[in-house]
Amino acid sequence: MCANSEAFLYLVASICFIMSLQGLSSAKTAKRGNLYGMVGMAIAIGTALLGSGINSYGYIIGGIVIGGVIGTFIARTIQMTALPQLVAAFHSLVGLAAVFVAYAAYQAPEAYKIGTIGSIYRSSLIEMVLGTIIGAITFTGSIVAFGKLQGLIRGKPLSFAGQHLVNAALGGAIFLMAAIFVFTESHMIFWGIVALSFVLGFMLILPIGGADMPVIVSMLNSYSGWAAAGIGFTLHNNLLIITGALVGSSGAILSYIMCKGMNRSFFNVILGGFGNDGTAGSSGQKAIEDRPVKSGSPEDAAFIMAQAQNVIIVPGYGMAVAQAQHALKEMGDQLKKMGATVKYAIHPVAGRMPGHMNVLLAEANVPYEDVFELEDINNDFANCDVAFVIGANDVTNPAAKTDPTSAIYGMPILEVEKARTVLFVKRSMASGYAGVDNELFFRPNTMMLFGDAKKVSEELSKALHNA
Amino acid sequence: MNDILKERLKDLAETLQEAGSKAAEIANAIGQTNVESSTIIGVSPFIMGLTAFVLAIFVGYYVVWKVTPALHSPLMSVTNAISSVIIIGALIAAGQDLSGTAKIAGFIAIVLASINIFGGFVVTRRMLEMFDGKKKGNN
Repeated sequence: MCANSEAFLYLVASICFIMSLQGLSSAKTAKRGNLYGMVGMAIAIGTALLGSGINSYGYIIGGIVIGGVIGTFIARTIQMTALPQLVAAFHSLVGLAAVFVAYAAYQAPEAYKIGTIGSIYRSSLIEMVLGTIIGAITFTGSIVAFGKLQGLIRGKPLSFAGQHLVNAALGGAIFLMAAIFVFTESHMIFWGIVALSFVLGFMLILPIGGADMPVIVSMLNSYSGWAAAGIGFTLHNNLLIITGALVGSSGAILSYIMCKGMNRSFFNVILGGFGNDGTAGSSGQKAIEDRPVKSGSPEDAAFIMAQAQNVIIVPGYGMAVAQAQHALKEMGDQLKKMGATVKYAIHPVAGRMPGHMNVLLAEANVPYEDVFELEDINNDFANCDVAFVIGANDVTNPAAKTDPTSAIYGMPILEVEKARTVLFVKRSMASGYAGVDNELFFRPNTMMLFGDAKKVSEELSKALHNA
Repeated sequence: MNDILKERLKDLAETLQEAGSKAAEIANAIGQTNVESSTIIGVSPFIMGLTAFVLAIFVGYYVVWKVTPALHSPLMSVTNAISSVIIIGALIAAGQDLSGTAKIAGFIAIVLASINIFGGFVVTRRMLEMFDGKKKGNN
């Protein structure tokens, strides 16, 4: 195949990828979008196989089969509640793959038409080393994110004094080594860059707490795109550049949306978690115990709910942890059967990745029309009889509106406090991720339902059934 | 809605045109100085790539803002799958008669990227089917 038709087919693949993202603008066209993505990928791989002097297929077919079987198996068997860590794991693979491609180009520059060993074009070396650094940071950063989401690493922010200084020093060292590499093409320097970038990725994500993961997962998504674009520059391949730019900007927009959902700047999230100022934490928890809260049994709650006309359910990460989505949907159906209107309200940062709650509710067959985003439903709380908060905390805390000293001040919240009754399903009185007390717990129209989210939902629907 | 979209597209087209002519200018300037890897039309591959890169960021920006928030998870998994298109860089290394290390590096990259491609598309489809299923179940 001549270079021109190759480039043309890559253009077709790029368009497929754009159409793929375009398809996600509505649930109706989304599946078609995914199909476009697959077609684009098939065109891209097919084109690469037919061109560029490829003459042995053993390694290629072997690699694709091995990877395809593993990937398909994982994707088919993974539980939907484990989706955020799966996505994080996938990001890490893109990063590592980028490092290996850069290394292959470094080892066999003739095959990539970027010069010969020992005298690779300087511009190509710069692009190569950039792709390597971003890829390596994405790799270890995503692994830490995976560990936190999977519960292998403590979700609490881990930080130590001088952390930012260490990171800055690491960054400086990497930059210096990259400059040396561009002039020397030294092996040792290459691996040194890779190693330091691995460490940097690790250090960057380690201090960031579990509930900030929506931002981090989106950011790593973005990085994996930039890494692909960096490799695209090295290989002079427009498809890689275009795709990398698409993915990079997509991840960046998602990070922005997530940050806005928390009213925090991107740098504020990156530079360390909530509750680092030492005021929140154990001292705050002690104060809680002194104040009375009203707690009830599922039967008490069922009694209140049975009289309700309008119920709004507010799910959060706790629902995902307890895998309560199916039980919750059953409870909602039971309420509907009794004549109530049931809606679901989703905060942009509920859960551990963008759209996390939407997927879980979809899995439980909650109708699309019943699920609302924050700005579409916030006015409805004033007219609702019961707000049922299950596994969410900070995103409902009125302190975000009233208390300028609060760590979450300014964050847009779901205004559940306007409902006639608030039912709070929670495992314990512990404060939320932000380490801030939720004053809602102590209000007279709030009833706490202590227990596992799934169990409470199940008992509630049973009690409703008997009511 | 349509009008807003048209308006935006018009803006986009104008921006693109501007960017295009800017890029051409820069390309001319650099193409004359960059001897080591210039093409016959005198534009360095880097500038050609940069043009595509910048334009694609614009396209990505407009397309992604239109994605409905309910589908942000599928958006992440599908972008994850398509970013594994770096596999074509790996194919070049693994498919030629090369020194051992490059070929092995290419092979490893193919395995990693394939996990992502297949895994990403399959899990996206699984998610989207659930969004579909609930419509069928209730209408």
